[in-house]
Amino acid sequence: MKKIYTRPSALKDAHFHYCPGCGHGIINRLIAEVIDEMGLRGKAICVAPAGCGMLVYNYFDIDTIESAHGRGAAVATGIKRVLPENLVFSYQGDGDLAAIGTAEGFHAANRGELITVIFVNNGVYGMTGGQMAPTTLKEQITTTTPSGRNPVNAGYPVKVCEVFSVLEGTSYLERVSVNSPSAIKKTKKAIIKAFQHQLNRTGFSLVEILSPCPTNWKMSPIEAFKWIDEVMTKQFPLGVIKEVK
Amino acid sequence: MKRLMSGNAALGEAAILSGCTCYFGYPITPQNELTEYMAKRMPESGGIFIQAESEIAAINMVLGASVAGARAMTSSSSPGISLKQEGISYLAADELPAVIVNMVRGGPGMGNISPAQSDYMQATRGGGHGDYKTIVLAPSSVQELADIVPIAFDLADLYRNPVIILGDGMLGQMMEPVEFDHIKKIKDYPKDYILTGAENRPSRMVRSLLFDTKEEEEHNWKLFRKFQRIENNEIRYETYLIEDAEIAVIAYGIAARIAKGAIKRLRQENIKAGLLRPITLWPFPHKQIRELAKTINDFFVFEMSTGQMVEDVKLSLEGRGHISFYGRPGGVIPTPVEIARIISRHYYQSQKARKP
Repeated sequence: MKKIYTRPSALKDAHFHYCPGCGHGIINRLIAEVIDEMGLRGKAICVAPAGCGMLVYNYFDIDTIESAHGRGAAVATGIKRVLPENLVFSYQGDGDLAAIGTAEGFHAANRGELITVIFVNNGVYGMTGGQMAPTTLKEQITTTTPSGRNPVNAGYPVKVCEVFSVLEGTSYLERVSVNSPSAIKKTKKAIIKAFQHQLNRTGFSLVEILSPCPTNWKMSPIEAFKWIDEVMTKQFPLGVIKEVK
Repeated sequence: MKRLMSGNAALGEAAILSGCTCYFGYPITPQNELTEYMAKRMPESGGIFIQAESEIAAINMVLGASVAGARAMTSSSSPGISLKQEGISYLAADELPAVIVNMVRGGPGMGNISPAQSDYMQATRGGGHGDYKTIVLAPSSVQELADIVPIAFDLADLYRNPVIILGDGMLGQMMEPVEFDHIKKIKDYPKDYILTGAENRPSRMVRSLLFDTKEEEEHNWKLFRKFQRIENNEIRYETYLIEDAEIAVIAYGIAARIAKGAIKRLRQENIKAGLLRPITLWPFPHKQIRELAKTINDFFVFEMSTGQMVEDVKLSLEGRGHISFYGRPGGVIPTPVEIARIISRHYYQSQKARKP
């Protein structure tokens, strides 16, 4: 019988801890598939974040290190400078990259570090229980914005790709999502593109993935998928934000 | 051949000769000469130099370079070292080697840019969060600064632990003749923990998150046992005219150098003062100081702070002997004459008190 679907070799035989309907599991699998297909299992090094994505090292069957909250891009910089032939990527959430790790991400991008950031944007701090993230939408209710995010007090949703796009060191920035089969395919292509930019030494690459968090959004998985299309993408338009050829 | 160099530059040269291939820094006075030296010398020697966006980024680049197998170093001064503590805690938890230089300046807060010894507690008690220690080396001359760098890297690799070189603004900036001829080729340390990509081997994971309390407890005891081994094996100190001393001066770093000058003067006045200078501040030479109490009753602790190491001396003596303390905080550098005067006054007062 022909095998049409199997666990990528870059994924361990382990159960994901993610909540039902969470996007992390899909994204972990996509990265592992790409690593397999590009033949990079022996070259890839992942820097895990603090947050829901932290436990990726339990799932990826590649070399991994966990960084302190927000410091992923700095740790990845240190690794990549020592091992320029390896594929080095950080896996970071919105709080990790766009709040506490803004300086590290921004300056790694500005230096044109040959690393890739897989940026999972679900608009909340997931692991700590659904507090406001820098990417929380205006009027979105979280545990720390109980009457909705009011920009007067809490600022505006941060558009990481657009902010990074003006930095000369960045070479590939794309925003994608994982809320439908076609979106998932596009995300996989974006990850391949980003890794190619790193391997071709073009510059800093980042894939921003809009990812559902039904638990903290207080929605069913189906409602969460719809919400990404109907609400989230209005603030965070999908597509290639920057590509240096 | 001897060269006239600042402590900061000498430290940089010694680091390169010790096999340090990665330096990540952020400007702060009084250690800028080191960052600038590395900016020039690292590329010349085929190494990596990055001026990071912050001290936090710099220490995390060190962590990345270290887990990739390189000998990595960062340097800063007091306020910047506070920022690095997060990363130092992770280095200790992950058991990754690194060398961190602190050219201490006056504090707290912004303080000033003058030499001080006010970061003793921070350096010797771990400094960041969690149950851990860093090895702390405190040289007292530019030559010793250069000599201690290869030791720092070796200890970091041997124990897979961050090592702090605790200098001060004076040691970093003053120029003295220094030679590097004795710095040998580095030893090879087994690096079976580093990340290089899981080519033809099982994947590796470096982390400090241990949700399982039993696992975390065992990790803490494992680190503790390592720290005990360090305490048993790595104590370094120097004594000066201590054999016949009636009064033991305990001082480290540049303060010990000043104390030596004072002791020379006191000896001319026939006051039998001697010095014990801890070189490792952690592990601290507790036993050696306790030994002194068998023949010496008078202990005089001098620090360029309001009194931090004096607490370790008290712990060493366990109630034996009499301890007096003299401190000059805030970046003030007392002269040997001043210290000699203080010790001499103290000596005659205690002589008088002892007479029936």
